[in-house]
Amino acid sequence: MTKPLRTGFLSAFLALGFAMQSAHALETKTETEKGIDRYRELIADGNPADLYEMEGEELWKKPAGPKNVSLETCDLGLGAGVVKGVYVSLPRYFADAGKVMDLEMRLAHCMKTIQGIEVKDSKYNKDDHKKIIALATYVAAQSKGMPVAVPQGHAEEKRLYEVGKRVFFYRAGPYDFACATCHASDNTRIRLQGLPNLTTNEPAGKAFTSWPAYRVGNGQLWPMQKRINDCYRQQRFPEPVYGSEATVALQVYMGVNGKGVASLAPTIKR
Amino acid sequence: MKKRIYIALAAASVALAGCAGSYSSADYDKMAKDVIMKSFVPTGQSKMEWLNQDAVNLACTEADISGKDIDSAVRKKVEDENMKLIKFPADGNYFGDWKAGEKLAQSGKGGTWRDKPGAANGGNCYNCHKISNTEISYGTLGPSLYQYGKLRGNSEAVVKYTWGKIYNAKAYNACTNMPRFGHAGILTEAQMKDLMALLLDPNSPVNKN
Repeated sequence: MTKPLRTGFLSAFLALGFAMQSAHALETKTETEKGIDRYRELIADGNPADLYEMEGEELWKKPAGPKNVSLETCDLGLGAGVVKGVYVSLPRYFADAGKVMDLEMRLAHCMKTIQGIEVKDSKYNKDDHKKIIALATYVAAQSKGMPVAVPQGHAEEKRLYEVGKRVFFYRAGPYDFACATCHASDNTRIRLQGLPNLTTNEPAGKAFTSWPAYRVGNGQLWPMQKRINDCYRQQRFPEPVYGSEATVALQVYMGVNGKGVASLAPTIKR
Repeated sequence: MKKRIYIALAAASVALAGCAGSYSSADYDKMAKDVIMKSFVPTGQSKMEWLNQDAVNLACTEADISGKDIDSAVRKKVEDENMKLIKFPADGNYFGDWKAGEKLAQSGKGGTWRDKPGAANGGNCYNCHKISNTEISYGTLGPSLYQYGKLRGNSEAVVKYTWGKIYNAKAYNACTNMPRFGHAGILTEAQMKDLMALLLDPNSPVNKN
């Protein structure tokens, strides 16, 4: 699992793709993409995210924190203790918090209110935030194959969709980039990395349900908040605050656009 | 009779204001702006001022949200403004070293909150463009630049246009996805000259078969 080995796999498959290509330049893209697809199939066999899922299940069920209770009374939107189907129906409005929350923010809310654990969530993968990553992976896995159904019934949910749409198209920073710069056209790439068009149904649904994902390239498990954080880094913006309204609004926008698409998480990425 | 109608209308508008459906697009624009300003912190070299929009970014964001092309009069105005911002090389020499240009085109480094302030930035070119025929890992957000010089020649008009496009692409196409490498200070004049050579030098791999 060393980096040169992984890169070697990718190169080997790309080389295979190119060896098979005919003289027609038009076929280059197709063969390259076939090579990438083949690579994805190979790495998908045995996803280390499974380990996070197991850890998350234990964290959900085991008494912990100053109050020494489990999270099994936590309401993730479909009733106390329900984990199946919640991942595909978040973010949603929670009356007890008076706002729209995504999965990671809701888990932090439950850890605080039920267990008395104050998650210092500003830093990814530090201290108690590791628990959020594992819990999010466990909860997400319980919706695998279920259709995306992010609710738009509450006024706040509708408002955040409209805000999320505007955040998505917001051009700024020294490079003049918006989320839309890379994610509003079909079948485009940065280098060889395919870019989902998040304004269209299937790509939005697939992207929305692809995180948490285990990233082979750096051996880390990334939940959606971390995914969005790193997008903004490359967008040359200031850093988004973990769980900030912009990051939740973007998830509402993506989730509503991806309505009905079968959930993939947890996935594995290069 | 008239008065009663007015009262009824006023009551109806108050009732509407109570639900989300009554917000105007401009209301949402303002809310989104407030949300953006509250959602970021200036980590590393990044600055909160980066979130401010100039006229062209504001106009293109509004067009994107509406799903329509930018208004043609607004487009002309912001393109003209950006055209005035282009600085051509003071010494009149537009060309550096295509080999250095190729290295620069390959590099996507720089400009993020993790990068050191003042460190040299990459050109990010291959992220979005096919350039030489030998680099297979290229992006497709921008058009192919393969054989750029061979197809266009190196007349003064082509040279000046190419410089201007790298320096400030918004001068030619207001809502292009391409950054303004010169105007935003992403690349130095010397770096842009190297990219010019990469695109236009007959010996550059860009212009070979």
